[in-house]
Amino acid sequence: MNTFYTHFLKLLLTIALISTATAQAADVKLLNVSYDPTRELYQEYNAAFAKHWKETTGQTVEIQQSHGGSGKQARSVIDGLDADVVTLALAYDVDQLYQKAKLIPEDWQSRLPNNSAPYTSTAVFLVRAGNPKGIKDWDDLVKPGVSVVTPNPKTSGGARWNYLAAYGYALKKYGTDDAAKDFLKKLYKNVAVLDTGARGATVSFVEREIGDVLIAWENEAYLSLKEYGADKYQVVVPSVSILAEPSVAVVDKVASKHGTEKAAEEYLEYLYSKEGQDIAAKNFYRPRDPEILAKYGKQFKALNLFTIDEVFGGWNKAHATHFADGGAFDQIYSQ
Amino acid sequence: MRWSLTAIALAFIALFLCLPLLLIITAAFAKGWSAYWSELTDHDTLSAIKLTLLTALITVPLNTVFGIAAAWAITRFEFIGKSLLTTLIDLPFSVSPVISGLIFVLLFGKQGWFGDWLYAHDIKIIFAVPGIVIVTLFITFPFVARELIPLMQEMGNEEEEAALSLGASGWKTFLFITLPNIKWALLYGILLCNARAMGEFGAVSVVSGHIRGLTNTLPLHVEVSYNEYNSVAAFASASILAGLAIVTLILKSFLEWQQAHDRA
Repeated sequence: MNTFYTHFLKLLLTIALISTATAQAADVKLLNVSYDPTRELYQEYNAAFAKHWKETTGQTVEIQQSHGGSGKQARSVIDGLDADVVTLALAYDVDQLYQKAKLIPEDWQSRLPNNSAPYTSTAVFLVRAGNPKGIKDWDDLVKPGVSVVTPNPKTSGGARWNYLAAYGYALKKYGTDDAAKDFLKKLYKNVAVLDTGARGATVSFVEREIGDVLIAWENEAYLSLKEYGADKYQVVVPSVSILAEPSVAVVDKVASKHGTEKAAEEYLEYLYSKEGQDIAAKNFYRPRDPEILAKYGKQFKALNLFTIDEVFGGWNKAHATHFADGGAFDQIYSQ
Repeated sequence: MRWSLTAIALAFIALFLCLPLLLIITAAFAKGWSAYWSELTDHDTLSAIKLTLLTALITVPLNTVFGIAAAWAITRFEFIGKSLLTTLIDLPFSVSPVISGLIFVLLFGKQGWFGDWLYAHDIKIIFAVPGIVIVTLFITFPFVARELIPLMQEMGNEEEEAALSLGASGWKTFLFITLPNIKWALLYGILLCNARAMGEFGAVSVVSGHIRGLTNTLPLHVEVSYNEYNSVAAFASASILAGLAIVTLILKSFLEWQQAHDRA
């Protein structure tokens, strides 16, 4: 029995040692609450920023990450998750921090350039190698016999962009809202599975091999190519799509409580620097900086992009008409 | 007939228990032993293991004490609201874990009942370690009490009354009469409590905030790693959980064997 206790004590001691080893306090600690597909991006960016911060201020900075569905993450910050900065999928989710809890000022979106979206993306198609169903544009998705995978717009920020991209395309091509709704009705009839999040939809398509085409963010589509092999899938860029602007913001109330405003602000501003933009492009987000965009020109095919403000009059309006209970999506999907 | 039934049972066990376990092990070692080891000793994995152990280390002793106290009160005394208490003990079993998590967000979250006060005093419960410990405490509350109540009811209190009438103190009676009688059931309850404390996903997921290296427990870390296309890390963590489960099972059969031995 004695040996048992000594072993147990040793184990406890080891745990205690590990705790102290990991508790080497950094000068500044930031918590970045982000959404699902940015894991790889911020893993790389955080290391670069830590180096930059050390060089300019001499302080060490440790950045902690939390990932999840964009809407859920916003909800957690409202409920008290101590985020110094949020980097979410869409402005609507960031805006909830003002609407529901006044954690940020109303004009948060004008504090950083480009609507506080340092990088952009767009909705594209991922198809199986050789493109057996011959998918080239949105019209091919509503054809009978084509099986589509896209997440649920009710729960997934990424899925809302997909929905609005298809809607904007149909509106441009057929002219009226009724025709666009009709188009989406046909499209969602072809949807094989509505996952709750973007990563879940990708997993359904690549690992469970469901569907002929995955509507995905460009960055997520290229990441799948990288992870699962470029010989198994290919990316198809449609003629028209939406300009997705993932928004970032310093959560003022939290940062001022932690005394981390300076680092938090610089953390977001550095995303616009050459290095930040380069890391974004490397992780398949479209950079804002024209020079970096040119450098990665081959990767980002030019296409006709429309913004949510142009076609839908902004996120609040788009949300109320399309995704609120009883909105256009409910009508489309229930029939 | 006997053989075909046995064969069906064995095939079922092989298909639904052994095969998944084998799958976890093969996936964990898919890229070799060194990849497995480096994922296990990764900072985030270690901190997940640490948090899981810490949570179990706090909740299991507390729930053991609570469980004994509750079982004692219910089986040895008559009081108003006794049946209500018996029902309440089972509450964590009947409520979905997600709801259990949300209850605590509604209580201690920033928008919750105590949110303003906690925020003003800079006390963090939700999205921090205390929140994880509290929901685990809630979820695993019934295990010890549930094991003890039927046994103590069956036992009756003649022996204890005899001890008391011979002049033993209440504490002494518990230590020398009650405890030896309930020890196997108690250990069994502790084991189940521990297994659940380490394995709980739903409720913990709601209150964790998913900060990697800080508030991710092992089950959460498995999900995070899998979503990051890092299947070796996911299954390496899963193998740790499976290992803990197997140890629990072995201990359980040992306890059952000891118990049978004791009675004979």
